[in-house]
Amino acid sequence: MKSQQAANRPDNTAFTQQRLPAWQPMLSAHFVIPGFLLIGMAFIGIGVALYITSQNIQVLEKDYTGTGQYTACSECADMQTIPCICNVTFSLTTLFTGPVFLYYGLSNYYQNYRKYQVSRDDVQLWGDVTKSPGDACAPYQYIDNKPIAPCGSIANSMFNDTFSLYQIINGTMKLVPLDGKGIAWWTDYNIKFRNPSAQGSLQDAFNGTMKPVNWSKPAYELNPSDMNDNGFLNQDFLVWMRTAALPDFQKLYRRITSGDYALGLPPGDYVLQIEYNYAVKDFGRKKVVFSNVTWMGGKNEFLGVAYIVVGSLCLVMSVVMLVVYAKYKFADENA
Amino acid sequence: MLRRRLRRLFGGDEKRVGSRTICVGCRSSLTTEAFLQQAFCDNRIVSSKYTVWNFLPKNLFEQFRRIANFYFLIIFLVQVIVDTPTSPVTSGLPLFFVITVTAIKQGYEDWLRHKADNEVNKYLVTVVEDGQRVRKESEKIKVGDIVEVLEDETFPCDLILLQSSRDDDTCFVTTASLDGESNHKTHYTVPDTEKEVELLNATIECEQPQPDLYKFVGRMQIHKDSQDAMRSLGPENLLLKGATLKNTKKIYGVAVYTGMETKMALNYQGKSQKRSAVEKSINAFLIVYLFLLVGKALVCTTLKYVWQSRPGQDEPWYNPKTVKERESNLYLKMFTDFLSFMVLFNFIIPVSMYVTVEMQKFLGSFFITWDKDFFDTEIQEGALVNTSDLNEELGQVEYVFTDKTGTLTQNNMEFIECCIDGFQYKYRESQAELDGFSVTDGPIYKVQEKAGREMEDLFLRALCLCHTVQVKESQLAEVDGDQIDSVSGGQCGFIASSPDEVALVKGAMKYGFSFLGLECKNMKILNRDNDVEVYELLHVLNFDPVRRRMSVIVKSKTGETLLFCKGADSSMFPRVRSEEVDRIQVHVQRNAKEGYRTLCVAYKQLSTEEYVQVDASLREARLALEDREEKLAAAYNRVETGMTLIGATAVEDRLQEQAAETMEALQSAGMKVWVLTGDKMETAKSTCYASRLFQQGTELLELTVRTLEEGGRPREERLLQLLQEYRAKTQCHPVGKGVNHRSWSSAGQDYGLIVDGATLSLVLNASPETDSSRYKSLFLTICQSCTSVLCCRMAPLQKAQIVRMVKNSKGNPITLSVGDGANDVSMILEAHVGIGIKGKEGRQAVRNSDYAIPKLKHLKKLLLAHGHLYYVRIAHLVQYFFYKNLCFILPQFLYQFYCGYSQQPLYDAAYLTMYNICFTSMPILAYSLFEQHICIEILLDSPTLYRQTAKNALLRWGPFSYWTLLGIFHGLLFFFGAFFLFSNPALLPTGQVFGNWAFGTVVFTVLVFTVTLKLALDTRHWTWINHFVIWGSLSFYIVFSFFWGGIIWPFLEQQRLYFVFANMLSSVSAWLAIVLLILLSLLPEVLLLVLRRPRGPRVRQMRRRLPSSGTSAIFMLSQTSSSHSFSWSD
Repeated sequence: MKSQQAANRPDNTAFTQQRLPAWQPMLSAHFVIPGFLLIGMAFIGIGVALYITSQNIQVLEKDYTGTGQYTACSECADMQTIPCICNVTFSLTTLFTGPVFLYYGLSNYYQNYRKYQVSRDDVQLWGDVTKSPGDACAPYQYIDNKPIAPCGSIANSMFNDTFSLYQIINGTMKLVPLDGKGIAWWTDYNIKFRNPSAQGSLQDAFNGTMKPVNWSKPAYELNPSDMNDNGFLNQDFLVWMRTAALPDFQKLYRRITSGDYALGLPPGDYVLQIEYNYAVKDFGRKKVVFSNVTWMGGKNEFLGVAYIVVGSLCLVMSVVMLVVYAKYKFADENA
Repeated sequence: MLRRRLRRLFGGDEKRVGSRTICVGCRSSLTTEAFLQQAFCDNRIVSSKYTVWNFLPKNLFEQFRRIANFYFLIIFLVQVIVDTPTSPVTSGLPLFFVITVTAIKQGYEDWLRHKADNEVNKYLVTVVEDGQRVRKESEKIKVGDIVEVLEDETFPCDLILLQSSRDDDTCFVTTASLDGESNHKTHYTVPDTEKEVELLNATIECEQPQPDLYKFVGRMQIHKDSQDAMRSLGPENLLLKGATLKNTKKIYGVAVYTGMETKMALNYQGKSQKRSAVEKSINAFLIVYLFLLVGKALVCTTLKYVWQSRPGQDEPWYNPKTVKERESNLYLKMFTDFLSFMVLFNFIIPVSMYVTVEMQKFLGSFFITWDKDFFDTEIQEGALVNTSDLNEELGQVEYVFTDKTGTLTQNNMEFIECCIDGFQYKYRESQAELDGFSVTDGPIYKVQEKAGREMEDLFLRALCLCHTVQVKESQLAEVDGDQIDSVSGGQCGFIASSPDEVALVKGAMKYGFSFLGLECKNMKILNRDNDVEVYELLHVLNFDPVRRRMSVIVKSKTGETLLFCKGADSSMFPRVRSEEVDRIQVHVQRNAKEGYRTLCVAYKQLSTEEYVQVDASLREARLALEDREEKLAAAYNRVETGMTLIGATAVEDRLQEQAAETMEALQSAGMKVWVLTGDKMETAKSTCYASRLFQQGTELLELTVRTLEEGGRPREERLLQLLQEYRAKTQCHPVGKGVNHRSWSSAGQDYGLIVDGATLSLVLNASPETDSSRYKSLFLTICQSCTSVLCCRMAPLQKAQIVRMVKNSKGNPITLSVGDGANDVSMILEAHVGIGIKGKEGRQAVRNSDYAIPKLKHLKKLLLAHGHLYYVRIAHLVQYFFYKNLCFILPQFLYQFYCGYSQQPLYDAAYLTMYNICFTSMPILAYSLFEQHICIEILLDSPTLYRQTAKNALLRWGPFSYWTLLGIFHGLLFFFGAFFLFSNPALLPTGQVFGNWAFGTVVFTVLVFTVTLKLALDTRHWTWINHFVIWGSLSFYIVFSFFWGGIIWPFLEQQRLYFVFANMLSSVSAWLAIVLLILLSLLPEVLLLVLRRPRGPRVRQMRRRLPSSGTSAIFMLSQTSSSHSFSWSD
């Protein structure tokens, strides 16, 4: 009988009786008003720092689509002569603090279009060119029954304008050295992408594959000057393969880090020589952007402004609450 | 009667028409043409739903009949067939999981049923075949077989008792497994059958199977020596499958109903599913979201084709179409695009919500079972939860319908006093009078007088004889050996279906007349002079609620034939002489006013001729195959006339402990309490006063037969007049309208309504010429403006009628019925929530209830604490689920505007799938199980808090639109915050840029954190589980993201998230943006919390007050209302 009693009687534990010790937070004014004040001040501080940093970032943009209001490269815009070389000149009155980063920007270009976005084969890009490319790569899967490497629309449409920068010193053009190393994510270069391995040269490894339709050179000859910058590990290729989030985007092209220009571009006249290959005029525009970079990345005023606004809001709210609280405090305590 | 006959003739159920003929023993010689073998089903019980073969298709079909499952299946199929942005796995996996778990659960349950079926079907029984006893499996029993059943065995099918090992041709059974009544019931063999069952040659004609356990009519034709004898068969001859043989060595019976046609199987029907109001709200919200979903998909599809029509957008050179795409039909493409968008946004209606809601209900209901406050030491049982679907409904109750006897009162009867021939007798234990029988001063008889000794004896004899009480078997054996001594010890040796009878028999015992038992139709009583008197029991005219009386006809040793009758005063007074009525009525009324249950006792002497006539008419009625009840009732009515009233008894039924406090609490919680009872008005009224349902200041409005007959006009006219009068009265003080104040705390007058069964049926079933709906609506308005309503003299069906009437009235209020007896089952089943009290009147109420509690007082905690908390929990759960999926999917929708309407998902597939399953599911589940926004003591202390959530307050369109707006606000914030951040994607200090997956990951990180922290803000009760689950979920998200992005997964086609999360965290700007967005999203919430603070001061005040149930409710109310005065917002 005793044991039956024990079996029937509910356990008297804190859990079963819903009496677990509990913390019951009360958001009282005593706690919230100072909290808001603190957050507000901190946010305004961060916001100001962000804003000033962003303001100090120098940006120089040159649209070179060649159509519309910007006339630069208009001679190449019709895409009649290939390759077409055009020059964009600009002059700097102050030092453009280094390291200077060179970006290219495309607008109304949908790298995030779903069909486009999936048109790649990550297994192939991991070094397996012998397998048949994935169906997502269609219509850039095969040419004459030979697999395309790299396959797919993304690779096929890789940005292929090239830029070289010259400073004009006393009428002579001095080449500004552009550094193409480290413009892609470290993990992309070292892990996510791999060149096919084979005995012999990289060219042998790509044996039996075709270059993408739009490419003038096969993958293993992308950068003739640096053997390690070819195939799937070409930095420009890696940057392109990381598809942009929005239709107006910019991608890193080169950095100016060495030689006389390590500290920046000194004042003077410059010529940007562009090999104009990439057709965008039907749907959008392209531009080249010089910018320097800080701890927060490129120029972005949004964050600073947003922080200042939210911080001020917090301050205002804490003041309002203080007023309300002072007015009703006695009522509260007398109640 | 005519209608019933017509129904029988034309009723849809043709199988039930007519009767069945069974040849006992079923020997081949008898199966002549006259007895064409009717096809009876075999004795297999099949309660299982599936077989091995049909399990998969049938179960899947059942599951996909649920709208939600079907919807997810469609989405999944679309994903498989059409080229869609997300892989079918994202929606297929959760669906598969849900379906599998449900299927396994149902399969397991069915397996258990199969096992139970087999146990019953393969049970070996002994069947008499051609004079030999054969062991057979139970399922092979055929109708007509003679079955042998031993003691403590259960009957394998419905049997007609042919022979018993007991000398008196009876056997005892318990029907505990059928209706829960554990007392022994006596069943009788068919009279005058052969001693050797093997030789019996008979046919039985009986009605077709019907589910009523207590009804059976049939007759048996015994062929003996070419002479046919007829015997009537009634329920007392029928042994039901499932009942157990007790105190009898063995019996023989012939099977009449087998297998699925047994009364047990016919009663085995699942209760109809009750749906909670929350579920209706969910469905309404679901439709809104479904429209939202379709709307979004339509907008996107339209805009896509508008956008594509602009030059250069449809097919830029860098993104050519495949040949197939180019050639497919435009409208087909549009349609598939639409479907793709649907699939992309389908996460807005998550599978996981259903799973979480089910889990919450299932797990949450354990807290009721576990609650030790519900444990009753007396019966060693706690609360019982029969369904977990209605937990939250307990927090929404507006009307409480309670039974009186056994629910409000203890149903523990005690004989208080009696009145014999107009003199009042009260038993006093202390008085050392010889027989303990004393006369107290009756109010009208100034002089102490005693009724004549003869009258006293007659009265006590009547009490001793007129009942159906049995003496417990062990007691009986003792009596046989030592006749006199054992009686004094026999305190609890009586078993009866009604506690009143035991109380009366015990009462008679106190006065010196003891009932010794019934043996071979002889009732033995021990009189005051310690002599044993023996009476032969000739007839028992059973109690029924229509006649409201029962009688016995006995023959004394001296040869006198006596009829003793006891019953309710209203049913007795017309049947006795009026001058006797006058003398006793005063006492009866006084007793009823004091809250006692009164019965009148009368007798009648029958002359031999009279008896012969009576005997004949009774036997004839008993033999009737059709309309036996009506014929019997008519015969009873003929017999029970012209009696002499001897006296009346008063039996006290004490109030349940804390009945008054409970009722008071329920009333101040805003519930209207209706008492529905079969008892008479005065008794019920006094109970109402005692349990404080009626207060001193309550003005009582009476709608009874008495008030109806006052005017001397036709009843219906008078009724209409009264109804209008009462409505006018109640409407000028609209008590029911002001929800937030209890009437008696303010100046308003409080009304109570009393209505009796006869008047009610007049209201509900008014004749068609009069406008019956008008009566009904008038009646309802009066009821709704009364704080309590008392309905007395109710039949069980009327109880259900009342509940249905209120349930279907305007606003569809949530009703709760609480009762303990079989007569409450109908109203328990009818109400939204049915509560069974584990009382003394069997277990039927408990079995049919949704929740069962040991005592009425537990109702307070069940409703005020558990119900309130469950409602708040599930309401929050539902709103939160819709909210979190709205702000999950809204950014994805907005992203379509910036990706060329290409159905590009914003989040990675893993995030899409895991969001509802892993990242955000546990905190809300923990919240919905453990949240106590107000702690339990306070909820119990101030019942007015219950009104905060009345009328589904948290799931109305107001709160829903608040949550929806919040979701939209958050969704916009998440997307555009990230959007402006990515206006320059060079976010790394190395100048490198982020791609689209980083964009999605930023949004998703903000989303997971905001949604979880929003819940954290709402959590008022942080147990370690909440801490663990909230912080655990967030950590899990971070760990998972690192892990998911840290490995090249061989099974993935694209390594989209490879190191995206880690790289994102190496950007200071991303960090700052995430922090900013989370904070900004929660800012309005924090502000609202601080500014609104409705609970803050009140809770503090409540804590200060000592919990004391004794403080008056007025004090409590004045306190809470004063705390209302402080509120920042207004």
